[in-house]
Amino acid sequence: MSTETWVLGLAVAGTFVLYALLGGADFGGGVWDLLARGPRKAEQRALIARAIGPVWEVNHVWLIVGLVLLFSGFPRAFAALSVALHVPLTLLVLGIVFRGTAFTFRAYDTRGDVVERRWGVVFSVASVVAPLLLGMCVGAVASDAIRMQGHAVVSGFFASWLSPFALSVGVLTLGLFAFLAAVYLTHEARTHELAEDFRRRALVTGGLLFPLALAALLLSREGAPRVWTGLLQTPFALALHAGTAVAAVTAFALLWTRRFRAARVAAATQGGLIVLGWAASQAPYLVYPHLTLQSAAAQPVVQRLLLVALAVGLVLVVPSLVLLFRVFGPRGQAPRAPEAPTT
Amino acid sequence: MSMTDLLYARAQMGLSLAFHIVFAAAGVALPVLMVLSDLKHRRTGDADYRKLSEKLAKGTAILFAVGAVSGTVLSFELGLLWPEFMGRYGEVIGLPFSLEGMAFFTEAIFLGIYLYGRERVSPGLHLFSGVMVAVSGAASAFFVTLVNTFMNNPSGFTPTPAGPTDVQPLVAMFSPGWQYQTAHVLLSCYQASAFAMAGIHAFILLKHPGASFHKKALSVALPLACVTALAQPLVGDLSAKHVARAQPVKLAAMEAHFHTEAGAPLKVGGWPDVEKRTVTGAIDLPRGLSILAFADPNAEVKGLEEFPRDVWPPVAKVHMAFQVMVGTGSLMALLALATLWRRWRGREWPHGKGMMRAWLVAGPLGLVALEAGWLVTEWGRQPWIVRDVMRTGAAVTPVPHLAAPFFTFTAVYLFLGVTVLFVLWRQVAGTLPKGPGADVEGEVAHVH
Repeated sequence: MSTETWVLGLAVAGTFVLYALLGGADFGGGVWDLLARGPRKAEQRALIARAIGPVWEVNHVWLIVGLVLLFSGFPRAFAALSVALHVPLTLLVLGIVFRGTAFTFRAYDTRGDVVERRWGVVFSVASVVAPLLLGMCVGAVASDAIRMQGHAVVSGFFASWLSPFALSVGVLTLGLFAFLAAVYLTHEARTHELAEDFRRRALVTGGLLFPLALAALLLSREGAPRVWTGLLQTPFALALHAGTAVAAVTAFALLWTRRFRAARVAAATQGGLIVLGWAASQAPYLVYPHLTLQSAAAQPVVQRLLLVALAVGLVLVVPSLVLLFRVFGPRGQAPRAPEAPTT
Repeated sequence: MSMTDLLYARAQMGLSLAFHIVFAAAGVALPVLMVLSDLKHRRTGDADYRKLSEKLAKGTAILFAVGAVSGTVLSFELGLLWPEFMGRYGEVIGLPFSLEGMAFFTEAIFLGIYLYGRERVSPGLHLFSGVMVAVSGAASAFFVTLVNTFMNNPSGFTPTPAGPTDVQPLVAMFSPGWQYQTAHVLLSCYQASAFAMAGIHAFILLKHPGASFHKKALSVALPLACVTALAQPLVGDLSAKHVARAQPVKLAAMEAHFHTEAGAPLKVGGWPDVEKRTVTGAIDLPRGLSILAFADPNAEVKGLEEFPRDVWPPVAKVHMAFQVMVGTGSLMALLALATLWRRWRGREWPHGKGMMRAWLVAGPLGLVALEAGWLVTEWGRQPWIVRDVMRTGAAVTPVPHLAAPFFTFTAVYLFLGVTVLFVLWRQVAGTLPKGPGADVEGEVAHVH
């Protein structure tokens, strides 16, 4: 397989990692909006809205970029997955629509608790449903349950993503996104009490990730045998898992000792390695056993130009992103930051 | 794949695009208007312009968010509805799509800084962010229109039964006619948004003739509306001449031109009867079509009869959509001329009752023309998804029961459309004077 194909495949995996770490955490924020409770319920929701507001659309673009790279670089795989996963992807898109619009309407049409709360419910419920469906799609791809004959998908429109394994990956994804959001929010919080609220949430969800991951692993033995062997037998995959485990324990320890800034890095590393672990257990297959990176790849000239476009784009995008996160990161915030632009 | 499922797939794609196109156009144009009022505020020190720029920024934020999610729907729907098209041609048109993704990125980043950063970044960086939003918006519209140009005039590959070979992505990206189509689309975005904005403020000025805030808002919207309304017919003419050469069957359908003729007349209005191959009730402008298509009153214009019946676009729909686009475009150009005349005579942008009524009526016309023009190009390309290479029916997904997602998305988009109108109206209502004729300053009931 050519270097370009590998790099392009890595780029697709990279956009998924970034989408999980950034966009995923925005979904996680919605989960915590739904589960806001205790005496600081309102402050929790305000913190989430303030943290997500300026960045959620930007974070969402990683999904678009990943999708575009997939259909430009590996068009056959995009076509097959769109057919096999038509139903959950349609539902996922609806979740994305309701999450984004409800959040925007809530931010810009503030007029009394009832209406605001109604949009809040739509926003937070959609934030729970979308990660579940996203994870189920990933589970379906990883489980090799998608079967093709020629260009046609023959494994039906439901079985692949409704298997126990796919469901377990959906729940794991939801848990991971909620965990990432809670860890990030400990560092965003302005008051000690709020930071403690999210520290507790991060510790609980972080703890839950272990049994969830274990359940997915055990189910993979039946439901996704290649993942099972891939996860446990290749040295590279084992190294990835060792890295994930170390990052997870580190994140836990840092949260315990309230070193929130460092905990963010550890949690993000953990999340990134989980997504990469999935990609590594798949490689070089996009749809097993029919489509590999190589067999689904666009023609070499297309791959090269896509990489050039990606490089040029990143030269523009990366400094802009750095600027954005500096302006709105926890350290860049002015003492009295508005929740939405004020008039 | 049943015929009904193909129709549902086309209807869902059409609905999604028709919905998205409004928000996309606003995402391209409102940042320009927002930056223009910001600049006016800097130049004049008038706080009203700052408030206008903030209101426009809020409008941009709401419309951009809906545009972002409905755009996401579209990028998924490319695969969900047309997997064979994407599976074969994804690689040919991936380059402009990727560049559009990058432009979308910078637009979202700088919009975040512009909206939420007014108090946090320097005024220079704030203005720069606004400019970047406007530039990125234009760039993403430019790149995505290139994809549509490719579908109309595919180039940069060799078609084979197994799919495209010898792909030359840069040639495909700049398929013939790209310059006309991108210019036509970009102008239409600015024109539609400026007319809509002018219509809203004209409406308020009719009710509250003294509201100075809304006069100032008009002075920002009207120049852009007038310039684009006058430039658009010229660009549209170039575009039509290109269609005449490159897609003669589309031109024939636009004009319901059944029979090949030298010195062909231009038919205004009328209802085409495809079976009898006649048009009833049209006004004929002698030699008009030959002039429009080839700038030569005696030029021969090919009629639909030259082409096999199974590659005709839906003639009546294309013809009607074209009439609507040209009709609304002409009305807008006339209004622009009258407005500029009054501006020249009166040394200020007109805000008398008659003019305001005209602008109120013209407010939605830009969007009507935009949607009609898009229907012309899409219906006019049928039965092809990639002209002369892949039929729309060959591209559609094998997934059955496509009525379900179609009706779901219809309901969702209706709900969102109504909600957006409601939320935007509340933004505008925040600027209304409380008493008749009262000035706005100091009396604004803030939405927050």
